[in-house]
Amino acid sequence: MSAVSDSLVITRRNLIRMGRIPEMIIFGLVQPIMFVVLFTYVFGGSIQVGSSSSTQAYREFLMAGIFAQTVTFATAGAGAGIADDMHKGLIDRFRSLPMARGAVLTGRTIADSVQTALTLVVLAVVALIVGWRTHENLGKVLAGFGLLLLLGYAFSWIGALIGLSVRTPEAATSGGLIWLFPLTFISNAFVDANQMPSFLRHIAEWNPFSATVQACRELFGNLPPGFRTPDAWPMQHPVWASLIWSVVIILVFRTLAVRKYRRAGG
Amino acid sequence: MPGAIYAEGLVKTFGDVRALDGVDLDVPEGTVLGLLGPNGAGKTTTVRCLTTLLRPDSGSAVVAGIDVLKQPDAVRRSIGLSGQFAAVDEYLTGRENLQMVGRLYQMKAKAAVTRADELLEQFDLADAADRPTKTYSGGMRRRLDLAAALVVSPPVMFMDEPTTGLDPRNRQLLWEVIKQLVSGGTTLLLTTQYLEEADHLAHDIAVVDHGHVIATGTSDQLKARTGGERVEVVVHQREDIQPASEVLRGFGKGDTTVEEHMRKLTVPVTGGAKLLAEVIRELDTRGIEIDDIGLRRPTLDDVFLSLTGHVAAAKDEENDKETAK
Repeated sequence: MSAVSDSLVITRRNLIRMGRIPEMIIFGLVQPIMFVVLFTYVFGGSIQVGSSSSTQAYREFLMAGIFAQTVTFATAGAGAGIADDMHKGLIDRFRSLPMARGAVLTGRTIADSVQTALTLVVLAVVALIVGWRTHENLGKVLAGFGLLLLLGYAFSWIGALIGLSVRTPEAATSGGLIWLFPLTFISNAFVDANQMPSFLRHIAEWNPFSATVQACRELFGNLPPGFRTPDAWPMQHPVWASLIWSVVIILVFRTLAVRKYRRAGG
Repeated sequence: MPGAIYAEGLVKTFGDVRALDGVDLDVPEGTVLGLLGPNGAGKTTTVRCLTTLLRPDSGSAVVAGIDVLKQPDAVRRSIGLSGQFAAVDEYLTGRENLQMVGRLYQMKAKAAVTRADELLEQFDLADAADRPTKTYSGGMRRRLDLAAALVVSPPVMFMDEPTTGLDPRNRQLLWEVIKQLVSGGTTLLLTTQYLEEADHLAHDIAVVDHGHVIATGTSDQLKARTGGERVEVVVHQREDIQPASEVLRGFGKGDTTVEEHMRKLTVPVTGGAKLLAEVIRELDTRGIEIDDIGLRRPTLDDVFLSLTGHVAAAKDEENDKETAK
């Protein structure tokens, strides 16, 4: 049995599907583009970050938050896809085949990462159009995007577990999304967490999501002038914190999801 | 020596529901066992246990000579499963679906391509091979699903209600395919709610109800258990019921039952066609006009009714797949 080749067969299957349902990718783009526009033009003028109240400073501050929020939406896609496979009996077929046990889920999450990467490319272009700029070398910028992809990959494993646990694809979509809103809003994604009440500020600083956002801001050179980096460890070492969080999420949720898959329907 | 499919004392409970309550099966190599039962009887759960999808709480099972509980992976290499719902990816083409399944059976890419072409040809899907299966009719999807189960020509096949929801023409087509398959030596376990289907396809039949196998045997053996043949007469006029019943009394081996509104009389007999001819002559002599007369042997429906006390096809749409979840 080959875990790698089985996973690739399933990845390929999901990529073919993706190509035949382009509206999935398009709808996946609408929300983040809307957020870019809303936050840049509607809220942007009245949100202060660091010591600067300039619109340009907020625009650059904002993008890492929206990129990170977008990659976490992979959760819903993976969840709905796997719930749909369960519903249609495909998981039964796969489970009756002599293939590697984790391959169905690994293939799905890899395909989701490809979709996430495409989405990020389009979103970065939109961000550049509205005035987002990076101020670090290309290597660092790409490293930032690498962390974003890893975070998205980690979250798609959460989605996989949700997809295996619910009865319908619709439930997986909402189950994959509702908790993402508090998670992404009680963070440093859209505002400077320093301005939050202290108990929320602690949550925001230790939120796995915040670590990646902070790391990207550093790697993109998007920290606003006069920004005071919080003392919390993940905020002081955001790249490490982001890597650790993502790896921990992958290990925990992959283990749980594969175990659930083995027992699916039982 | 145990058969190609052998199960002993399979028990599976879901919460309070005892879906399987000690199922025993023995299917000799190269034969077809029809697992017959109403919705919720435990047919699907039995198939899920035998195909490694579900772990029974107790009991043991051997498929293709391999212990299902100890070596599930080895079992998976030797079986094909075609489920109640056509489990194919609707956005992939027929060809892509079959190639994918071939690869997941660990075939080399080239072999998977060749095999997919063969199967598409064999199942009359070559013209639709490059269309997403979403555009297929129900019958085409079912054929593709069956083709997917046959990618590696497994020695043992499981089909869970293969023709449920198909129109008569497609059912007939699928039956032909299944017969062909079995003539090639494949051992098959087939679940069905259709008595006619079990009668038509299976060598042996196991009747399940409430998680038990309540009777096994060939179709003829089961029918014999319900009693022998009988003569059924439908008289033309209501007034003829009484005299006809007197005639039948002379030939019958038991009480005559009368369905007054249908003008139908039934009586158990022995003596077959010869006796039937005598009955007709006697009725004719007495000037009793008949609409219909015949020698009837019990159908599997009768068998089922007499074994379980209820009819086979349950009215509700709930199937035991749902109970299995």
